[in-house]
Amino acid sequence: MTLAEMQFVLPELRIASAEIFVLAMTCLILIVDLFVKDKRRTLVYVLTQLTLVGAAATTMAVSTGDISYTFSNMFVSDSMGDTLKLMVYLSVFAVLLYSRTYVLDRPQMAKGEFYVLSLFATLGMMVMVSANHFLTVYIGIELLSLSLYAMVGMNRDSIPSTEASMKYFVLGALASGLLLYGMSMVYGATGTLEISTLSAGLLEGQGNGIILAFGLVFLVSGIAFKLGVVPFHMWIPDVYHGAPTAVTLFIASAPKLAAFAVVIRVLVNGLIVASHDWQIMLLVLSVLSMAVGNFAAVAQTNIKRMLAYSAISHMGFMLLGMATGVIGRDAQFVVNAYSSSMFYVVTYVLSSLGAFGTILLLSRAGFEAEEISDFSGLNKRNSWYAAIMMMMMFSMAGIPFFVGFFAKFSVLQAVVVAGHLWLALAAVFFSLVGAYYYLRVVKVMYFDPPADNTPIKAPGEVKLLMSANGLAVALIGISPNALMILCATSLNDSISFFR
Amino acid sequence: MSGLPLLSLAIWVPILSGLVVLLTGADRNAPLARMLALIGAIAGLVVALPLYSGFDTTTPAMQFVELSPWISRFNVNYHLGVDGISMLFVILNSFITVIVILAGWRVIGSQVAQYNAGFLIMSGLLNGIFSALDAMLFYVFFEASLIPLYIIIGVWGGPRRVYAAFKFFLFTLMGSLLFLISLIYLFLNSGSFAIQDWHQLPLSLAAQKWIFLAFLAAFAVKVPMWPVHTWLPDAHVEAPTGGSIVLAAIALKLGAYGFLRFSLPIAPDASHEFSGLILALSLIAVVYIGFVALVQVDMKKLVAYSSIAHMGFVTLGFFIFSPMGVEGALVQMVSHGFVAGAMFFCIGVMYDRVHSRLIADYGGVVNRMPKFATFFMLFAMANAGLPGTSGFVGEFMVILASVKFNFWVAFAAASTMILGAAYTLWMYKRVVFGAVGNRHVSELTDISAREFLILALLALGALGMGLYPQPFTEVMHSSVDELLRHVSISKIQ
Repeated sequence: MTLAEMQFVLPELRIASAEIFVLAMTCLILIVDLFVKDKRRTLVYVLTQLTLVGAAATTMAVSTGDISYTFSNMFVSDSMGDTLKLMVYLSVFAVLLYSRTYVLDRPQMAKGEFYVLSLFATLGMMVMVSANHFLTVYIGIELLSLSLYAMVGMNRDSIPSTEASMKYFVLGALASGLLLYGMSMVYGATGTLEISTLSAGLLEGQGNGIILAFGLVFLVSGIAFKLGVVPFHMWIPDVYHGAPTAVTLFIASAPKLAAFAVVIRVLVNGLIVASHDWQIMLLVLSVLSMAVGNFAAVAQTNIKRMLAYSAISHMGFMLLGMATGVIGRDAQFVVNAYSSSMFYVVTYVLSSLGAFGTILLLSRAGFEAEEISDFSGLNKRNSWYAAIMMMMMFSMAGIPFFVGFFAKFSVLQAVVVAGHLWLALAAVFFSLVGAYYYLRVVKVMYFDPPADNTPIKAPGEVKLLMSANGLAVALIGISPNALMILCATSLNDSISFFR
Repeated sequence: MSGLPLLSLAIWVPILSGLVVLLTGADRNAPLARMLALIGAIAGLVVALPLYSGFDTTTPAMQFVELSPWISRFNVNYHLGVDGISMLFVILNSFITVIVILAGWRVIGSQVAQYNAGFLIMSGLLNGIFSALDAMLFYVFFEASLIPLYIIIGVWGGPRRVYAAFKFFLFTLMGSLLFLISLIYLFLNSGSFAIQDWHQLPLSLAAQKWIFLAFLAAFAVKVPMWPVHTWLPDAHVEAPTGGSIVLAAIALKLGAYGFLRFSLPIAPDASHEFSGLILALSLIAVVYIGFVALVQVDMKKLVAYSSIAHMGFVTLGFFIFSPMGVEGALVQMVSHGFVAGAMFFCIGVMYDRVHSRLIADYGGVVNRMPKFATFFMLFAMANAGLPGTSGFVGEFMVILASVKFNFWVAFAAASTMILGAAYTLWMYKRVVFGAVGNRHVSELTDISAREFLILALLALGALGMGLYPQPFTEVMHSSVDELLRHVSISKIQ
């Protein structure tokens, strides 16, 4: 190739315009923050929320539904990515809105950094969702993780918070190492890091099987860490517990969507050929997570720890769908299975937002609602918030008409389709164990007398969004079809290439 | 009349009025909440009544059918309809809801709106269970109905209410999760969730056996059959009076109804295969639980055990596969709805005054409450199966059917006539007759007009059904015949 033939091609920027917009706005907010005198940082907060709204508008405007690549095929835009990104914006928006009062009550956290880091984390998630290259995956994960490490430790003078941040960082770095090592092995086996080429090459039978399998183990371990499934879950309870509740709410919501996207990008889009290997790994992870998560949650008295273990079990349940897509060599049911998982993760995020949002509501200046007993008699203090929390709990327990039931149902049917009847039985058994601790929260709220009669104050917009959140869990439960179809069609468009 | 979606109304009128009642909020609006709840319950009954008057008794087909897509992704439809088996329960449930709202009128003083809303919502959900023709819809109503009862027991219940509420919820959930898996299995084999499609679905004997056992797990807990009955006495004892009434009158019928709608027609060969097991469990319930009831010192517990024994009769009637047996069992179910509901209400009336359920704390109640004692006598007799009361009709039909089936089965079943009389009347004697036992009894006041109305309504049901059962049985004939004809045909191919 001569110099004359080399052309500098400007990458197609349009399909990454949402990411570019968020990045630009984040940098702008970083600078604006320097000049804001207001202790409440209202301007920064409003700008941050507007950025998320703008990002949503941009994503919708440039969304075509087709698969398109840019930045030398390192970045992909497709309908699954767009759907997940919209969910990410929505949940970050809700997180920031729910945590506004909480943050204002804690001067340590009421800094512009909280919002800037949230936006950087959001950008990280967007990159993860749109990655078509292992390095892009890595960059996205790191951007998200580094922002989260800092956010977890934001309450600088709190020992649990600092400890959680440290643990998260050390273990997270280890997981990133695993992930990188796995990626290098996949590169060694196939000679490419680009997800779509990788899969095309593997489909044609290229690549060294043994090295690939080794690489796969490391990749799955790294992803399992980010999802927080057993045995890579140790950080979850400590971080959920130690982090300021606003940050716990953040970690417990949108990153699950991004981690799900990474599972799809790396394992399905990239390594579907090795599905036989990774499905077994995911199955083991999944059953272990449901077992450990549910049984450990029963023993918790701290509600954040309880919900942490519950998150572990939910991610395990979600993985059941991922582990049962390819049956034998038959990829006929992949969309069914993976879209069940997607529906599961989306609805889980919805319930998780509501549950942690209620915890935030109960916290106030100088008081952290941490124990399950802090919820006692909530029904007598404010019956609507109690009803919202109850809906979240029943949804997580998988009781109809709440949406969690349909999520569990759709994953279970994928498991039964794959012929794993025993797995379905195990899953429902662990759900039964899970029902116990969710019921306990309802019991504390409804059956016990209030221990604390402080009125619960919340700004109007929080009340509004909380109510919408609660109603969404109930109404999507009554009519889950639209969201199910959305998940199925967007996934179908995105993974159509290998079928 | 035919234009109205009656079943949808029977489901959603109570649920929506329950939500409206919730909106009244704090207890200072309690009179309004009560009034709205009563209006909602009566409206629910009014929309359910045309189901009887417009019912065509000549056909076994589903009537008042409503069908529209619900979750198209899994071919789940909002599919409602009733036949001669389910129609009576929709009406019974709507009727009992009115009773329950009235029963809690004065007694419940805290969180009145939530209490009444809980019962209204549950009433709608229970109607949904009886009229769902789509298995997913059935399951969703079936599970969702746990939530209101869990809260009602837990909030307004007795001292061990938390234990009872958890036990009730987890026991029932355990059974129904296995049920869910078999529903998914059937869906994958048939491509639909329509129960009536599944009735025609050929299945191997092995598959039928597993399905039958999974169904059994769900329904046996609900009925409840021995040995998974232990949640019921706890739930009954701790639940407030209204909760006990709904539990006994309607919730217990769900399991039995499930046998008729699911187990028998979907797995007929397995049903025949396992009929010995079910008969044995039923007879244990009738005889053994009858003896257990005899030794109870707590009135509510006694009636709870007597409910288990009566439900044993119902499952017995089903699994001898004769029209007389099945119809007898259905009559027994409806009758038990009136009688057990009334028994629990009677105990509630005394409990509200004395705050004790122990038989030993009473004695000579008749001296202070003659009107009450008369009603209580009637229901005690009905519970014992005295001819002329509704309790007799069902039991007699089942015993008659079982004599044809096997003499010794009938012999064991007939022991309920003696046992039931023994435990009910002995309790009645100790509580009502004799000299005034203590200071509390001497301070009793007779029933109020509201209580009189409730008891009179229930007595009307119990006596009317006992003296003239034909209106109840004639609607069942064709559906029961069709069901048994279907069950007698093997599905193995």
